[in-house]
Amino acid sequence: MSIKDTVNNARTKWMEGTGPDHDVVISSRIRLARNISGYPFPHFMSEEEAGEVLHAVKLAVSSKEIEKVIGALEFTELNELTAVERQILVEKHLVSPQHIENPVNRAVVITPDESVSIMVNEEDHLRIQCLLPGLQLEETWSLADKIDDLLEKTLDYSFSEKRGYLTSCPTNVGTGLRASVMMHLPCLVMTKQVGKIVNTISHLGLAVRGYYGEGTEAYGNFFQVSNQVTMGQTEEEIVKNLVTVSKQIVSQERTIREVIFKESKPYLEDRIYRAFGNMNYARMMTSEEALKNISDFRLGIELGVLKGLTYDLVNELIILTRPAFLMKKAGRNLTPEERDSLRALLIREKLSKVRIN
Amino acid sequence: MEKGGNYWGCILVIQSSNKSEMLCEKCQKKPATVHLTKIVNGNKTETNLCEVCAQAENAMGFGWKPDWMLQNIFADLFNQTIAGNQALSDTGARPVHCEQCGFTETQFAKVGKLGCPKCYTVFENKLDPVLRRVHGNSVHTGKIPRRTGGTISLRKEIEALKRELQAAVDREEYERASEIRDKIRSLENKIG
Ligand SMILES: [Zn+2]
Ligand SMILES: [Zn+2]
Repeated sequence: MSIKDTVNNARTKWMEGTGPDHDVVISSRIRLARNISGYPFPHFMSEEEAGEVLHAVKLAVSSKEIEKVIGALEFTELNELTAVERQILVEKHLVSPQHIENPVNRAVVITPDESVSIMVNEEDHLRIQCLLPGLQLEETWSLADKIDDLLEKTLDYSFSEKRGYLTSCPTNVGTGLRASVMMHLPCLVMTKQVGKIVNTISHLGLAVRGYYGEGTEAYGNFFQVSNQVTMGQTEEEIVKNLVTVSKQIVSQERTIREVIFKESKPYLEDRIYRAFGNMNYARMMTSEEALKNISDFRLGIELGVLKGLTYDLVNELIILTRPAFLMKKAGRNLTPEERDSLRALLIREKLSKVRIN
Repeated sequence: MEKGGNYWGCILVIQSSNKSEMLCEKCQKKPATVHLTKIVNGNKTETNLCEVCAQAENAMGFGWKPDWMLQNIFADLFNQTIAGNQALSDTGARPVHCEQCGFTETQFAKVGKLGCPKCYTVFENKLDPVLRRVHGNSVHTGKIPRRTGGTISLRKEIEALKRELQAAVDREEYERASEIRDKIRSLENKIG
């Protein structure tokens, strides 16, 4: 696969519905912030310096050893891509929205399976990101750790014994590590338990955020839990802490699901059938509505109401229904109405093999 | 990590309901269907707004640009430190700046980012208390880069062995102590 496949294909590694605890956890992510010594941080760099950093990283990622251990890494400058293609990288969680704000002298490095992506000259010179499906944060960390070691063989990192890896913003200094777990918590939301959990988590140096919200709510009940503290703890401690908390949330969501499945089965089934009807027959569908239905579909898999529906397919729908991806499919700019209509069409096509059990 | 009130967490939860008895806290007209729970530094605030006022508050801004909020709070904390210092010292002097990149503490207070790695040394005294507040700690205990870390890991290993040596001597395990001593010597030779 190359970058052209990446922006043309809605599928990506993290959405494989087979990871551990995939009924609740969508993906595990590790991000490492690194800077090259002797250069100002990206926001304070001249164009010339930015170009030099780009060049240094390009050389580093093309090393034979990296290819042997990780696989071929493809280096792409952001201005080689169209605006829509850059937005698709955001929709696939391969780069941050901030990274594509100004594409000059910025690059992205991606592995064929898209489990590794490196942002060059975002807030820091390097942001190494590893993204795997399900709850497997330790594995994700060991992958990031390995790539970090390989890059450090040729790049001089700015590191201080006392402060650790020096980053542009002091909120990342130390380990430069941000670990996060994306979860789907429909039943904790239904029973209004999410607020309570968040309250508890805040005392552990972790944060919870709603995901995929565009207006005022977290559409589709997707939440991201991540560490806020990057100093005074080892990487292993941060990861372990987050895994422990995630497992607790997973078990709480499961417990409540079980109760709801037992107590309110007709109500839930009704919701899933309605979502199915909606997705199969709607001719115009907004992305919020699609996410809401996708959320119900995930529960539908658990309940066994729909045949042929897999986590894989449901996760793919998340990307497929995002605005930039639709425009790429259409090959041109679309008005919101045109997007809603194309979205509805693509969903119907994808669900053609799904039946009511 | 230290226990107690030093943790810094900034959390925002947004819940919405279809119907609500409550009135919007801002406009006092429409029903409050958006419920925001914000926890900053352990202080919890709950806000109940209508759809329109919530949009105006840019509630989801936090959701989309999480780092933005962290950065701003960091800059705020730093600002407080500068303000405190200025009250003590004479004003009118050129603000403290980094000789490597020219970044000033005023700029830092504004954008919440530093100019270059050297800035960490230049602004060290002011950064320290802020790092403690944000991370509960200001000293790195994690990974050390193999090559650019130079002899740091070796020195740390020697320090740990020396502690082990002392413990062995205290327990009168002289054979073990002599083994450790040999290890320390060979590591010290590596540093040269
Ligand atoms: Zn209002
Ligand atoms: Zn500087």
